[in-house]
Amino acid sequence: MKLTPDRKLDVREILEDLEHYRPRRKGWTWRRKKENHHIGPFLYKDTSDDLAQSVPLPAAHYFGGIDPQCDFVITTEIASGRFEDDLRRMRMAAWHGADHIMVIRTTGQSHIDGLIEGTPEGVGGIPITRKQLRATRKALDAIEDEVGRPINFHSYVSGVAGPEMAVLFAEEGVNGAHQDPQYNVLYRDINMHRSFVDAAESKRILADSSILQLDGAHNANAMAKEAWKVTPELFVQHAINCAYSRAAGMPPDLIALSTVPPTAPPAPKLRLDLPYAVALRDVFQGYIFRAQQNTRYMETDMLEATVTHVLDTLISRLTSADIQSTITPDEGRNIPWHYNNVAGVNTARQALMGLDGLTELIELREDGPLRGQVRELQERAVLFLEEILESGGYYQAVANGQFVDSGYFPERKGDGIVRDPDGSDGAGTVIRREADYGAPVCSHFGDSVCAHGSGKPCEDYGGCTLCVPSKIRYIDELDPEDNVAKRLEHPLAERAAGKLSPEVERHGDNIVCVTLFLPERPPVAEAAALEMAKRMGLENPEVISRRVLHPAEGSVFEIKGALDVAVLVDGLSVPTREMPLPEAEIEAWARRRNIRLVAATVGEDEHSVGLHEILDIKHGGIEKYGFHCHDLGTSVSVEEVIDAAQERHAHAVLISTIVTHADVHRQHMRRLDELARRRGLRERLVLIAGGTQVTDELARECGMDAGFGHNTTGRDVASFLVRALRAGQPDTEPPAKG
Amino acid sequence: MSCPERADDFEARRKRLQVMSDEKLRGYFWELAEKIVAPLIEEARTHTTPSIERSVLLRMGFSSTEAKGIVEQMGGRKLLGHGAGKLVLNLAKAKGISVRTAGKALLQGNHWEELSR
Repeated sequence: MKLTPDRKLDVREILEDLEHYRPRRKGWTWRRKKENHHIGPFLYKDTSDDLAQSVPLPAAHYFGGIDPQCDFVITTEIASGRFEDDLRRMRMAAWHGADHIMVIRTTGQSHIDGLIEGTPEGVGGIPITRKQLRATRKALDAIEDEVGRPINFHSYVSGVAGPEMAVLFAEEGVNGAHQDPQYNVLYRDINMHRSFVDAAESKRILADSSILQLDGAHNANAMAKEAWKVTPELFVQHAINCAYSRAAGMPPDLIALSTVPPTAPPAPKLRLDLPYAVALRDVFQGYIFRAQQNTRYMETDMLEATVTHVLDTLISRLTSADIQSTITPDEGRNIPWHYNNVAGVNTARQALMGLDGLTELIELREDGPLRGQVRELQERAVLFLEEILESGGYYQAVANGQFVDSGYFPERKGDGIVRDPDGSDGAGTVIRREADYGAPVCSHFGDSVCAHGSGKPCEDYGGCTLCVPSKIRYIDELDPEDNVAKRLEHPLAERAAGKLSPEVERHGDNIVCVTLFLPERPPVAEAAALEMAKRMGLENPEVISRRVLHPAEGSVFEIKGALDVAVLVDGLSVPTREMPLPEAEIEAWARRRNIRLVAATVGEDEHSVGLHEILDIKHGGIEKYGFHCHDLGTSVSVEEVIDAAQERHAHAVLISTIVTHADVHRQHMRRLDELARRRGLRERLVLIAGGTQVTDELARECGMDAGFGHNTTGRDVASFLVRALRAGQPDTEPPAKG
Repeated sequence: MSCPERADDFEARRKRLQVMSDEKLRGYFWELAEKIVAPLIEEARTHTTPSIERSVLLRMGFSSTEAKGIVEQMGGRKLLGHGAGKLVLNLAKAKGISVRTAGKALLQGNHWEELSR
């Protein structure tokens, strides 16, 4: 299956012959780091291999369209409830630099004692099933080919069916997994004995398939009343999962700590979070660090969340991280929307490229307060561990409410999470292994009579599924109604009919978001904003963010609602623009010919930046392809432009009209065309206009051959010139050799 | 039973830790962590669960629905302590049939008396 940038991902193609699809690899893949990497005009210090295809950061066009990739793996978490919609979001995120796609599970899957099959719809995530994993892996295989970088696929091995999920992940080529029995105990109220016994088996399976494991400690940040006070305990949660994983046979390079800078401004974030980050990295040397961004103090303001997340990313760069996870900036207001996954990824990408090489310039002061703070945190963590042992061990400590207490340990507030070692979901399901207990499969943990001898435990029956994948039993669907084929009927019919609707999460959800500022006191302003949203035609309008700018002067609101205005694609007037030619093709054509261009900013206009970007070699402009450009400068009259073109036997004229009032830009274009005709030059002159107010349609209306607006690159203009001159200008052929 | 409230007595408690070098403190940290997990991993080594047993059957080539059915019935008969996979394999060997055939026969209600022996 091959994806091309101009075609949508076809879910039917993904679902085709899934029964026989096998993942192409197992285990986690890191980016290939590159130090001293020359990209465009810059030398980078903390990068990795470039992507084959991507959407660069918005400002990249100032630097030749570069898209440097940082050295950390970048995570995005995706959870719409329908995997077929998630796949499109994964593709968009990958084009923006995500290479760790974490799929959130549907609410309640932790408590299902066994596997789910088929493709039922989920809530706040998807039910993780073999079919959904396989389809997603197949899609990601195609997406990683499209962007030119391996993509790690990740989900959760928690709940009461952990070992089965782990087998599923190993069989289906899932690359990363959350696995931490403490998460079951503290946050899912699953029996402790069951959680830990299951976890050893799960960890062994993950380890043997080189699946990277993340722990669940970050949840304590999200749950704690005052997140910075739970930091001593976080050392302990990380340590218990690390030590337990190693005892189950997992090497440290597959064990990742999921760690979050605990605070957010207006708290003095770096002064609290940085010593904590340093202290953790001291104690957990040799383990992997997955740096998460803060969710605990997220409100509905996406800019506020973004600033916090940039500071989180700064901490990663100042200390270390192997994976930079991202949180969508809208997580404080709704289940994340497509474009906010991309926004979150871009926050990390933009911050990390901006921080490139920072640690060559600065280092953390060892002679300031940092070391004392680090030491204090580590000592508090040791005291926490000692108290667990004094209580009689982990189970009793949880029963005593030692975990997620809001005190700064050894301070206690008496409000920790309390669980009964003999209670909760799955209590009484742990069974002692008899002396003849056996498990004739690979990747099994613990006592087993089948583990003795030199051969594999599965050789008696020709091999287990981990050795012979063709033995995996694939179930397609169990529910005739709740499945992807049924769900696709509607979107496919709409697409076939050429209908297009807005969406934020799922096909056809029709959700849009509008921003309104109302100059009134907050309650009046909000009522007015909602009323206006209704009059705009939004169904079920809902304020998802409100911010007071001044108690009397006004507030700004973001309102979401459904906009039921599907349009027919065929009925749209869509300006056609050809794809730019490959750079090598442009240069090969232009350099062999003496192509002369005359350019100027016309009228009374002193702006020169736009034209320079199109022309100048140092801005990545068209000179680099071998065009000979004569720039007349700014505030040039149209007559002077035509004079110069005539004098120099130019092939093309480029005018820039940036400042426009009373349609002066139209007059300039019309005048240029008219003068060229009057002097008999029009047939051999290609006339091009550019500027922020110019569109191709407008320029052609005014007699130009083409118009270029905002976001045009030198390559766009050069591609047009080559095509135009190649098509209609025989005198531009290279002189015959002789 | 929840932990009683306690003031932050860190300064008093840390005194005996302060004498340790950073390296020694880190070593002590890991020593404690390993002590805490030792009984937990021992329990895992010597115990099993329905999910572990289903995961074994999955690896032996059974579907999730088949594995669930077999393990439920074995659990009801208090047989899981012997290992679901091993019981199916032993049955297959005794009958000269494949493990899948043996498992499916159990799902149809056959041969249970032999497993219980």
